Amino acid sequence: MGYTDGWWKGRVSRRLLLSGGAVLGGSQIARAVALAQPARSTMVAEPQSSHAKHDGMITPGSVDYPRNGFDPHDILTGWDPGKVSRLPDGRTLREFDIVAQDKEIEIAPGLMFPAWTYNGRVPGPTLRVTEGDLVRVRFQNFGSHPHSIHFHGIHSARMDGVPGAGNVRPGGEFVYEFEARPFGCHLYHCHSVPLKRHIHKGLYGAFIIDPDPARHPGEAAAASSRLLGSPENAKWQEFVLVMNAFDTNFDEENEVYAVNSIAHAYTKRPIVISRQRPVRVYLINVTEFDPINSLHLHANFFDYYDHGTTLSPTLRTVDTIMQCQGQRGILEFSFKDHEPGLYMFHAHQSEFAELGWMSMFELRA
Amino acid sequence: MTALRRPLLWALLPLLLLAGAAFAFLASDPLAPFAGSVPPVEELTVERTILDANGISVRVRAGGSEAMRIVQVQVDGAYWQFRQDPSGGLERMQAAWLHIPYPWVEGEAHHLAFVTNTGALFEHSIEVAVTTPAASGERVHLYAVIGLFVGVVPIALGMLFYPALRIGGAGAFDFALALTIGLLVFLLVDTLAEALELAGAAAEQFHGPALVWLPAGVTFVLLMAITRRRGAPLGGIALATSIAFGIGLHNLGEGLAIGAAFGTGAAALGSFLVIGFTLHNITEGIGIAAPMLRERPPLKLFLALIALAGLPAVIGIWIGSFAFSPHWAAIALGTAVGAILQVMVEVGAYLLRKSRAQGRSWASPATLAGTMVGMFVMYTTAVFVQV
Repeated sequence: MGYTDGWWKGRVSRRLLLSGGAVLGGSQIARAVALAQPARSTMVAEPQSSHAKHDGMITPGSVDYPRNGFDPHDILTGWDPGKVSRLPDGRTLREFDIVAQDKEIEIAPGLMFPAWTYNGRVPGPTLRVTEGDLVRVRFQNFGSHPHSIHFHGIHSARMDGVPGAGNVRPGGEFVYEFEARPFGCHLYHCHSVPLKRHIHKGLYGAFIIDPDPARHPGEAAAASSRLLGSPENAKWQEFVLVMNAFDTNFDEENEVYAVNSIAHAYTKRPIVISRQRPVRVYLINVTEFDPINSLHLHANFFDYYDHGTTLSPTLRTVDTIMQCQGQRGILEFSFKDHEPGLYMFHAHQSEFAELGWMSMFELRA
Repeated sequence: MTALRRPLLWALLPLLLLAGAAFAFLASDPLAPFAGSVPPVEELTVERTILDANGISVRVRAGGSEAMRIVQVQVDGAYWQFRQDPSGGLERMQAAWLHIPYPWVEGEAHHLAFVTNTGALFEHSIEVAVTTPAASGERVHLYAVIGLFVGVVPIALGMLFYPALRIGGAGAFDFALALTIGLLVFLLVDTLAEALELAGAAAEQFHGPALVWLPAGVTFVLLMAITRRRGAPLGGIALATSIAFGIGLHNLGEGLAIGAAFGTGAAALGSFLVIGFTLHNITEGIGIAAPMLRERPPLKLFLALIALAGLPAVIGIWIGSFAFSPHWAAIALGTAVGAILQVMVEVGAYLLRKSRAQGRSWASPATLAGTMVGMFVMYTTAVFVQV
């Protein structure tokens, strides 16, 4: 029976199967076995309406958001403007308190990940300031490892949040201070070493600097529409999407992909948008291990502003955009003339989409 | 009565102390410093895979340091809906079925990954997806036919050498017995290797190798004790019956492997293998007949021996294809190892006795050649059934 080694494990290669069949293809028994099998093996049942949205490809179950302490639907529009005050020189001061802490979070139903977080959530708070503001961030490290906050922006070496400049030991504290510029869609993340581990464990967040219309006289209308709190900005529907992933078994490959951490969060409960107002998405890629991530919007096209640092699109009329690690940008599109319904958006790397990075807009009239 | 009670009371003492020691250990928890936030050790073994019109079903068995929970299932790198039966966490050694309504593709490979609450992944591959045969009447009949070709037909054909060997005289008798020993040596090595490999595929907590060695040892001792209960070593028809029984157990294991192959998609290879097995197993018929060359057994006895040695192949194929578990298969093959060892001892003793009675050395050219030929024939015909 050694000659049957490994059969029960199904360790027979397809090549062998084919060659075996070719050698004795006419055998009566082979034919009888083949005939005894149903003609088709794929499923014929229609999907039930309850899971028609995903047709079985889903992370079944639900995530306990209260236990996590954050809800991905709140993250979408949860802007943190900081504690605002006016400086003697007339500038606006925005103060933030951020703490690093170890926390186990549920990233897909039942699947716990031992994360490192800013303010107990992944991604961390979405900091939203205006070009020219003075930003002051008091960072306390309550975690078990040294951490820092490295902001993408223009600042001095002392404020860079890297080993030797603003790297904070457990129990320690550091205050980062800089003027917010350039305007755009940025991010912040931990820059302690080892880098990959500190980032993929969850230490990152969105950092949006709105343009100051006064500084862009030629493009004041475009700048105003980006400025949170302005009447022009109120005409938009804005969302932040942080594309991230989790390596749950620490083999340097991601097991779960998502936007804003929770797999399939926006498939199970789509993001409701209105036809009446255009949509602006702040898209940030912090995925580790995979060099790029992408977003593909169904049934529509968008204008894209790479890094969000310009007021006219850097790419027009595209339906797929890719970003390398740390890259980000702004998407603008409108569903004004579309019929109401579900419109998908997801990574166009099918691998990522099938591992959780699958989402939907629910368009309402 | 008191004669029994006293030793029993004394036997209670160490048991009570054991309970006390366990309680003291758990209460004081000396391992607490090791605990911390270290995740538990997890193990998951896939024991059975069924592919049908409803998708993929797998039976998994949990292992490791504490109860574990399968929270998500990936098929070909995609999270997929699934239903666990019974649902909930899996205790150590507990088995459960996972039913995944996945549109698998005939003839292609599929890769499953089971994700636990700690984020650990357990992978399992289906190399060639084919519909798992359901236990229909037609199937049962078809497998019986295959089993007959693997077990019964070759043994019957092998026994047809009986007249030729009988005419051949003392030399042929020695040769046939030695051939039987050679055949048994091959079967022993082969069955043992197979059993240990199966044991390796079983869930870790079964302590695989013990599943083989213990049944082998127990079977050997039991068979020796039963067959020699009257004190005399075996010979003639009794020895032939023992050989048929041992070979029958071996063929049960062979059937298990073939049945499992049909169940896991190697079915197309089956036809090639079945003819190979027929050729390969002819020697078994000669082996069973060899000790009876000096007797005049009735035809009925021949038929009974063919059934005893050959029919287990049919039963093995049925079990292997419809209800296969690596740990049960390892136990079955371990039993076969013990039975084969027993008949090897008996045939050897028989050959020794016969040659001594005739004042010859057991190491005649006929016996040496027979042993070599037995092993060689088994080995070379095994080539025809090599996967």
